Amino acid sequence: MPRTNDVGGQDGFGPVVEELDEPPFHADWEAHVMAMNRALIGQGVYNLDEFRDAVERTMSHESSYYENWFRAIGTLLKERGVV
Amino acid sequence: MSDDHDDSPIAARVRELEAVLEEKGLLDPRELDQVLEAFAHRASPANGFRVAARAWVDPGYKARLLENANEALPELGLSMGGGLQVQRLHVVENTEDVHNVIVCTLCSCYPLSLLGPSPTWYKSPAYRSRVVSHPREVLEQFGLTLPETTRIEVWDANAESRYMVLPRRPEGTEDLTEAELAARVTRNGLIGTAAV
Repeated sequence: MPRTNDVGGQDGFGPVVEELDEPPFHADWEAHVMAMNRALIGQGVYNLDEFRDAVERTMSHESSYYENWFRAIGTLLKERGVV
Repeated sequence: MSDDHDDSPIAARVRELEAVLEEKGLLDPRELDQVLEAFAHRASPANGFRVAARAWVDPGYKARLLENANEALPELGLSMGGGLQVQRLHVVENTEDVHNVIVCTLCSCYPLSLLGPSPTWYKSPAYRSRVVSHPREVLEQFGLTLPETTRIEVWDANAESRYMVLPRRPEGTEDLTEAELAARVTRNGLIGTAAV
């Protein structure tokens, strides 16, 4: 069974909405989540593929992109007993 | 970025986790700023604009780019190694008969080092689900209406392979310099959701 993230060809997500002059991050915390993830991968707490897998198995279409990242990071840190 | 006064619940949770990781020595607060600066400095759509403009003015470069983009990028001082791993890049050329568009149906794979941070719509399920099944309709949502005779090819990126579109050179630009041509290129043109 495909994972939640595997949306190719599915119906029901509505029209594509383009935000003009969109900034790279919509809030500071998003940038912090990105940097935190790079640091944790750099420290070898988990690797990039493990992070991708965590996003795919914990993501929700109700959450924003970086909310899904933050949930995945939290899941990996719990599973590894870091927090 | 260090002074963060965002008082939303998730911002507070991110700060909390940062504090825990700093205490454990897994995160250096100074490193955050360095990572973000490097990210903002290296990953810019201006890189992709230069690649397209060079390909337009130099047929030899264009041939090398389409043949093996990873080997052609260093000629312009660029690479696909700006992120956490080096990815293969495949540049796909728009012609009179074929229009290309890129997507990552699984998540958000994108040639970040050439196009900068990806827009939210690229990462949205709306785009990812629909552009593979109804590309013509999605391109029309971006204001791009292609002739019925134009074939649309959709390229689905993944963890190891990324794609970038080489748009058609705009007509009437024979007298422009390479830098002037680069200024005509747009990010959406390199994704394939716009013509240049």
